[in-house]
Amino acid sequence: MSSLKSIISEPIFSQNPIAVQILGVCSALAVTTSLQVTLVMCLALTTVTAFSNVGIALIRNHIPNNIRIIVQMIIIASLVIVVDQVLKAYAYEISKQLSVFVGLIITNCIVMGRAEAYAMKNGPVMSFFDGIGNGLGYSVVLIVVATVRELFGAGNLFGFEVLPLITNGGWYQSNGLLLLPPSAFFIIGFFIWALRSWKTEQVEQADFKILPNTVNSEQH
Amino acid sequence: MASNNDSIQKTLFVAILLCLVCSIIVAGAAVSLKPMQIANKQLDKNKNILAAAGLLVEGESIEEQFKQITTRIVNLETNTYATEAELAEIKAAGYDPKAFDQRKSSKDPQFSDKLDASKDIASIKRLENFAAIYTVEKNGAVETMILPVHGYGLWSTLYGFLALEGDLETVVGLGFYSHAETPGLGGEVDNPSWKAQWVGKKLYDESGDLAIRVIKGKADANSPHDVDGLSGATLTGRGVSNLVNFWLGDNAFGPFLSDAKAGGV
Repeated sequence: MSSLKSIISEPIFSQNPIAVQILGVCSALAVTTSLQVTLVMCLALTTVTAFSNVGIALIRNHIPNNIRIIVQMIIIASLVIVVDQVLKAYAYEISKQLSVFVGLIITNCIVMGRAEAYAMKNGPVMSFFDGIGNGLGYSVVLIVVATVRELFGAGNLFGFEVLPLITNGGWYQSNGLLLLPPSAFFIIGFFIWALRSWKTEQVEQADFKILPNTVNSEQH
Repeated sequence: MASNNDSIQKTLFVAILLCLVCSIIVAGAAVSLKPMQIANKQLDKNKNILAAAGLLVEGESIEEQFKQITTRIVNLETNTYATEAELAEIKAAGYDPKAFDQRKSSKDPQFSDKLDASKDIASIKRLENFAAIYTVEKNGAVETMILPVHGYGLWSTLYGFLALEGDLETVVGLGFYSHAETPGLGGEVDNPSWKAQWVGKKLYDESGDLAIRVIKGKADANSPHDVDGLSGATLTGRGVSNLVNFWLGDNAFGPFLSDAKAGGV
């Protein structure tokens, strides 16, 4: 079971679904304005990925090839509805803030991607941990983004004041851009940059090679 | 194995079996968690009632805070508080007068009537016969009265509460707890700084007519009746204006409010 460790740890940095595969960015922009909401979203997505992987792995040898995507969708959608119902019952406030994004886990590329790429070919136990690993990889990026956005956008962490805002009599001028979705693009960009400086094997081969500056003046 | 899986029989069998299993799981979760979700909705509604009245204290139990609020049922046809017989009728139909589900009753033919289009400025189609109002009373006098309001904005029906001071002429607060307007445009009805504008506005002009409204663009800061429009959300603003005027008007709470003001209720 030496591979079990790598199944969980690989997606966190080496094969991170958001930073390397650029999947599931949509919800990473939408739900990262506050850490608390982000954590619930991460938990929801990790649960759905893990259990949909188990469900699909269990019946993988019986899924007719021509309807396999629909079968995966049904399993994922059912799990998402269950998660949504549980959130509405036990964490109503947060479920109101997450609103449509819990439902949109259904279309999150990470869940579909792992179902199609891993769970269709591997056993339920390994698939479960693959789901956990990818959920954690997604969570790492979201938590980083949410920490930056909440801390510098609203001066809070988990709703507690860290940097006292000028509007509340403190010294910190909040950065309004960070509360808007586009800011998450920048932060994810910086995250990818940092990650690729650390793990240089993730840097893709350039499609074009840029030549050194040529001197044109002599031709004229 | 693979070719066997792709036969029509196997495909249909897997599809039907999977749908059955999944629907049982989904239905099971929905049914078993329903009571908690309803309790949460009620709690959220109570919280919004408190918020509209400006009484909400963060971090304290909503149940505890809601104790200062008295729930009363108003008959919108006779414009008085509902009688014992009417309360019994409401109870018999499965509603709880203590936590009256007015939204549900507005779709119930037994408790609502079709509204004539000429009167229906808030586009609500049906008007319920009974409405639940909430009061904060001190020494027998009404200090704050919170009225439920709803009406159509641009995309959706907005449900909320309008709180009035004891003189029944001054707004204490307005808040919506359910709507589906465009986030960032019409959704700005939830913006605290916009809601703050309603506080202290007067409902009636000198001649006693309803004058409160949302105008397009910026309102005069000294105007006692006008509230700024929301930029990019003219229609939502108009909807809010209409629904406030409808519910305070002659077809809804208007007569009840003037009776209450005269001390007649």
